[in-house]
Amino acid sequence: MSDGPLPVVSYLKMPEGGEPYLEGHRCDVCGAVFLGERRHCSKCGARDSMSTFQLSNRGTLYSYSIVHRSFPGIDVPYISAIVDLEGGGTIKGNLIGIEADPEKISFGMPVEVVFDDALGRKDADGNSYLSYFFKPA
Amino acid sequence: MADAYVVGVDMIKFGRFPEKSVPQLGAEAALLALDDCGLTVKDMQALYCGNLNQASGMVGQRLLQEIGQTGIPVVNVSNACATGATAFREAWMSVKADVYDIVLAVGVEQMGKGLLGGGGGSKGISKEGLLGSGTMPSVFAEAGLEHTRNHGTTFEQFAKVSVKNHHHSTMNAKAMYQIETPLEVVMNAEMISYPNTKLMCSVNVDGSAAAVIASEQKARELGLMDRAIKVRASVLTSDPWQERDLVMPDVNSCTRMASKAAYEMAGVGPEDLDLVELHDCFATAEILHYENLGLCEEGEAGRLIDDGDVELGGRVPVNVSGGLLSKGHPLGATGIANIYEVSTHLRGEAGRRQVEDAKIGLTHVIGLGSACGIHILEKAA
Ligand SMILES: [Zn+2]
Repeated sequence: MSDGPLPVVSYLKMPEGGEPYLEGHRCDVCGAVFLGERRHCSKCGARDSMSTFQLSNRGTLYSYSIVHRSFPGIDVPYISAIVDLEGGGTIKGNLIGIEADPEKISFGMPVEVVFDDALGRKDADGNSYLSYFFKPA
Repeated sequence: MADAYVVGVDMIKFGRFPEKSVPQLGAEAALLALDDCGLTVKDMQALYCGNLNQASGMVGQRLLQEIGQTGIPVVNVSNACATGATAFREAWMSVKADVYDIVLAVGVEQMGKGLLGGGGGSKGISKEGLLGSGTMPSVFAEAGLEHTRNHGTTFEQFAKVSVKNHHHSTMNAKAMYQIETPLEVVMNAEMISYPNTKLMCSVNVDGSAAAVIASEQKARELGLMDRAIKVRASVLTSDPWQERDLVMPDVNSCTRMASKAAYEMAGVGPEDLDLVELHDCFATAEILHYENLGLCEEGEAGRLIDDGDVELGGRVPVNVSGGLLSKGHPLGATGIANIYEVSTHLRGEAGRRQVEDAKIGLTHVIGLGSACGIHILEKAA
């Protein structure tokens, strides 16, 4: 078992002594943005064209759904949100801190990426995880 | 290249058949399609068999073990919800390429109940409900609300798709359900992922469908041109790169690419279509595909459903079979079942749900991952 929490996805970085952040990969040739390690660009086909950069913690809500039925043990309803980040990159996560009601949610609303424990979920070895969430900004 | 024709086509009534095996279900449709054109398995020169859940299980060969092991080449096909359409297209290509002159295509699936998608990886912890949702109802809810964002499409307009398709299915004895669902019933059904209620999600069923495809020369030799259906276009696409597609599967681009190519291949436009069977895996998806297939202008999809243009009797009836929403969606069979539906109308044999004077029809399926298959069919002259 690890000493501290593990990152929920490979592109969530936890520098020692620093703040966690999300990492993007950007194609040096065409500017396409990706999440997670990769070498080649699937937009333009350029090889070995990737540079890493820190994704913004600010963005806007692009689309969403309100999930009322899920698998056993998952609290519903919750908002599954797709967020366009400032400076490029689109990520998906739970939108928290707002009622799960379409009347209250607006397209394009500004949101902030926040980091917190992964809802108490632990893996088979008992490790806890750090996840990210969206909050209205 | 000479044209290829559907000379025999049929499907079983969709339902739940846990007592049967996948090859047995496929064999039923194969025999129905062979009976439809008065041929036997001994007349078939190759089999293209689509199935998803037993993709590594040699379903095509096991199907022949049920109905006749003639030693013909068998190709097993798996391509998400475009599996059946892909099997059909491979069969069509083999005839177009003049490798064979008469072949069999089968699509078959046995489904469990419940949510599809959202399983996530095996390592670490489940991401479902933590990093949003990966279930199919949510993915298609998010694609639907993208349309709302861009065009103001309402929950009620999405729901009307289900009212229409469930109504159509009351005229189709082969549909899983034949039940009217008024608007308030659809909108007040259990919410699965807003804006998709339970009645706006396709039905997981078992099913199979099959088609016999022949060259024009072979069809004439066999005296089968009377009820033959010409394949005017067959197109398959995969998903082109899109900026949000890492987190938001894009069902639009590959459909748009496919429909453009299909209209070009067929030399027709959307205004020439008498009916369409499109991939209504969720009510939200059907709305998107009105525009993706060019049935209306950009942003007009909500109006199209409001005005009744896509109902039986309307300008371009969509999913008169009841669609995936009510006929059911046995993944690997769906792409051939919709070819059966359009062919049946073009033959004038669709009974109560017949689209009057139908001459040209289009079928569309899309599987996430992604694969889009479109066929344009016409009654042989
Ligand atoms: Zn690139």
